[in-house]
Amino acid sequence: MKPVQTVSKQKTTMPIKPRKKLSGTEIMKKIAVYAVLLFIAFITIGPFLWLLSTSLKSGSENIFQYPPVFIPENPTLSNYVAVMEFFPFWKYLFNSVVVSVLTVLLNILFCSLAAYPLARMQFKGKNIVFILIISTMMIPFQLLMIPIYILALNLGLQNTYAGLVLPHATTAFGIFLMRQAFITIPFELDESARMDGASSFRIWWQILMPLVKPATVTLAIFTFMMAWGDFLWPLIILNDTSMYTLPLGVNALAGSFTSNWRYIAAGSVLSVLPIIIFFIFAQRYFIEGAMKGAVKG
Amino acid sequence: MRRSPFTPFLFLLPGCIILGAFIFYPMLQAIWLSFTDYNMIQEANFVGVDNYKKLFGDDLFWKVLGQTFLYLIFVVPALVIIPIFIAILVNQPLKGISFFRSAYYVPVVTSMVVVGIMWKWVYADTGVLNYLLESAGIIKEPVYWLTSTSTSIFAVMAVTVWKGLGYYMVIYLAGLQSIPSHLYEAAKIDGANKWKQIIHITIPLLMPSIMIVTIMSSISAMKVFEEIYVMTGGGPLNSSKTLVFYIYQEAFEKLQMGYASAAGVVLFLITLVLSIINIKFMSKKEDAVKG
Repeated sequence: MKPVQTVSKQKTTMPIKPRKKLSGTEIMKKIAVYAVLLFIAFITIGPFLWLLSTSLKSGSENIFQYPPVFIPENPTLSNYVAVMEFFPFWKYLFNSVVVSVLTVLLNILFCSLAAYPLARMQFKGKNIVFILIISTMMIPFQLLMIPIYILALNLGLQNTYAGLVLPHATTAFGIFLMRQAFITIPFELDESARMDGASSFRIWWQILMPLVKPATVTLAIFTFMMAWGDFLWPLIILNDTSMYTLPLGVNALAGSFTSNWRYIAAGSVLSVLPIIIFFIFAQRYFIEGAMKGAVKG
Repeated sequence: MRRSPFTPFLFLLPGCIILGAFIFYPMLQAIWLSFTDYNMIQEANFVGVDNYKKLFGDDLFWKVLGQTFLYLIFVVPALVIIPIFIAILVNQPLKGISFFRSAYYVPVVTSMVVVGIMWKWVYADTGVLNYLLESAGIIKEPVYWLTSTSTSIFAVMAVTVWKGLGYYMVIYLAGLQSIPSHLYEAAKIDGANKWKQIIHITIPLLMPSIMIVTIMSSISAMKVFEEIYVMTGGGPLNSSKTLVFYIYQEAFEKLQMGYASAAGVVLFLITLVLSIINIKFMSKKEDAVKG
């Protein structure tokens, strides 16, 4: 990203300097690079376009035609209208939003609470606690799903938001990420606050939390993506279809219309739309967040 | 004002209750269940190592385990190597590059269920993939990607790789941006071409990122579930079944919780060994680069 900035700066401060002309081979090179970039984009976006095209094809068009037709002859939204009858999109969307937002909020709260003493206090057993927390990253959820399922049944958490949210309400990754962020803040800050009589809780909430906003955003994005896309745990803990999140809803839709690809395609497009719209608006945070998570976490 | 000695633990409490209730306690219970015949209907009886004996005597378990390793062997190198080159490509100061970065990241934010459904349609016998390959002259007749025993698992692997590319690309991007540019300038003066720069500067300095990606992608490859559930259901003839799918079926379809827990313990041990090997192997390589 940086080179772009320096080049544009040069342009504005030295307008007299003529723009360097690209030689023939350089132009060819550029064309080749863009061709490769477009080819990869075609691979990553292509399947979405094919899904979209199918969802827009009218009933008179043969969707199994070979060779395939990429542009629908008479694009129509009728599949969307029809699928909305069977696919309670708004309910699933609401469930997905509730579950993801709750998971994000609880993670921010619990992970930063736990990270605070681990980063900024001395106490007996600190290292053991930290190692125990980090070691949970090695344990696959697939080993735990059976006992958690039994536990959730016993706690009456089946078909509840709590049942969907609680098992993911704290992650070792989140605690680690927040701890790394807290460590980078100068220690004099909380010492002087303590002299002024601030409690540990106030120091955490009023002084430290505002200073680690970038890490909090990273954690929020990561947790949101995990909770939004989660399939296995909701599949196990839910049997009431009115509690379904979007991924489960789409899966059920695909199961009930195994041959009606128009409806399945329309339902799938509906279900990815919210996250893709969200991504387009917040893509900077998505990509920056993932980059920060990689470096520090 | 002195702090009470309990203060740190008060802060740790909420998080530790969740981790305790939903990770540590279940972990111990999973190990205990693996020595019982628990089936959700009757009380659990202690049966010793019977589940493990049954597990290791089951041909399907070995087939599934073999396929899980096959998955690992193909998916991990693909996810470690391909995103490096994509990251180098999108790390250049080109016009519109952020569009491409976003376009490559879209599969990452899409839920695996929709990804699976979408690719099932791409893989269809009269689908767009067969058409493209046929028009390019690569295949002569349609391939039954998901319904043939010889291709199903590879077709699913391709989807796992497709979905992961953008994620690992971003991790490498972070690594690339921490490499000081003067190294490349010095190499250029010494007459090193682009390819030589990649081999001698980029790759060695990217080692920490490569380590992270290797660990993350191998652990996630061990746990692959959704794409198989949605696209093939483990079939045909179990040809695309992997360990987690097997555990899921044994536990939640056949209700053999004890037996499935034993398979879960095996999964845990493999994950553990993989992480240790990865960390050891990679830290040695890193030392070699630094020294």
